[in-house]
Amino acid sequence: MKQHVNQIFRSLWNSARDLLPVILVIAFFQIFVLQKPIPNMGQLFVGTLLVVIGLNLFIKGLETGLFPIGENMAYAFARKGSVFWLMAFAFSLGFGTTIAEPALIAVADKAAEVAAIGGVIENTEPARSSYASGLRLTVAFSVGLAIVVGVLRILKGWPIHYLIIAGYAGVVVMTFFAPKEIIGIAYDSGGVTTSTITVPLVTALGVGLASSIKGRNPMLDGFGLIAFASLTPIIFVMGYGMLI
Amino acid sequence: MSELLLHLFYVTLDTITDVFPIVAIIFGFQFLVIRKPVPNLRKVIIGFIYVLVGLAFFLVGLEEALFPLGELMAQQLTEPDFIYGIGKVADVVQWQDYKWVYLFAIAIGFSTTIAEPSLLAVAIKANEVSAGVIGINGLRIAVAIGVAVGIGLGTLRIVTGTPLEYYIIAGYIIVIIQTFYAPKMIIALAYDSGGVTTSTVTVPLVTALGLGLATTIPGRSAVLDGFGLIAFASLCPIISVMAYAQLSEWRNRNKNKEQLEG
Repeated sequence: MKQHVNQIFRSLWNSARDLLPVILVIAFFQIFVLQKPIPNMGQLFVGTLLVVIGLNLFIKGLETGLFPIGENMAYAFARKGSVFWLMAFAFSLGFGTTIAEPALIAVADKAAEVAAIGGVIENTEPARSSYASGLRLTVAFSVGLAIVVGVLRILKGWPIHYLIIAGYAGVVVMTFFAPKEIIGIAYDSGGVTTSTITVPLVTALGVGLASSIKGRNPMLDGFGLIAFASLTPIIFVMGYGMLI
Repeated sequence: MSELLLHLFYVTLDTITDVFPIVAIIFGFQFLVIRKPVPNLRKVIIGFIYVLVGLAFFLVGLEEALFPLGELMAQQLTEPDFIYGIGKVADVVQWQDYKWVYLFAIAIGFSTTIAEPSLLAVAIKANEVSAGVIGINGLRIAVAIGVAVGIGLGTLRIVTGTPLEYYIIAGYIIVIIQTFYAPKMIIALAYDSGGVTTSTVTVPLVTALGLGLATTIPGRSAVLDGFGLIAFASLCPIISVMAYAQLSEWRNRNKNKEQLEG
């Protein structure tokens, strides 16, 4: 019992330590640079406590839920040996986790606003919302495709840097042709697509696949799925901006 | 207090709707395609519940404590009253005037990355797969340095108004050159670390900073110039993680040489 309590306190302390830098930065700027008192100390304390507890539960759930299921599915697909179903799963995972991503919804709305101001689409509510949902579909499709290509790479053992360099070349070429207004949003969209739940799942899937296929090294081949998922949206969003 | 509980409840519901497609896909494929029982199903379900509740607590805590203050701060630091002194207006934007903004950008980039849960997840996995060669904290600090430099450069770009694509293309070239010299085992992980850095904690604070800067600097538009910080924050960690691996390899080599010579 005592050991158990100790363990809980130790992991709470670890999360608190992770959060300490943010608190120090904010306190320093508030007190020394802006020279203002810190408002609502009570609320700040309760909020910080919630973050620490939340981070702890998340890590616990990661180790008992997300990592094992991701790896188990990778093993099961490898044993089943059906490339078609593995690809279907990879695409659905990429598409399904991205289409509902709140950060993407926010970015798509912003992009519609930019397009309306730039005169690309009419500045009316229906025009903006159809532009935004088209963009979301495009990004979700591109992430689905990215996971498919990434999984295929693990199966075939292609070196990752050739694919990434080709992706970079795609981004650079598209940058020259895409409308100026879309470029900032396109570059940012690469970073926002991968959420806190997608990342552990996809990582576990990649590492699981690489460890269950003969001749693949989980360190060399298991990682890299996230990299594809953050590169393809850039290209596709610029493409979307060119077509519409 | 009851307000807080209600808020927690709503955020938990939101998180459930966000996670629902993922759960549907996983269990759909599990039961229809794989058709085998999930090992430790109970444990996995409990794990999912932990993740959901944990994320909800995490988000509510951030919204209660850090976001309001951090966003207010980003706004105050970029206000002309703070930068030029009260009542003064600058005719020409001088990039040196924004030194506190750069410092804040660097500090907030570093510290929010350390608290980012998805980076922690990847670091745990990398540590496990590499049998301890890649340290959890070593990787996190390397990524955080990358994000800090990235956000710092990104704010400098908004202040000076230089085109985003020049910086990004230069970054790509550095990444490609490094790829040929960095230890093989780090490359895929380094590429991944670009995408994992920017999620729950970093994006809202960084967006507030970018929008604050772009609205207050004369000649910049919030919608056009406010973007791009996330792009920097996802590019620079690739460079810093490869640099971290190169540095540790180089140090090991020197150590071995000394031992051989000694």
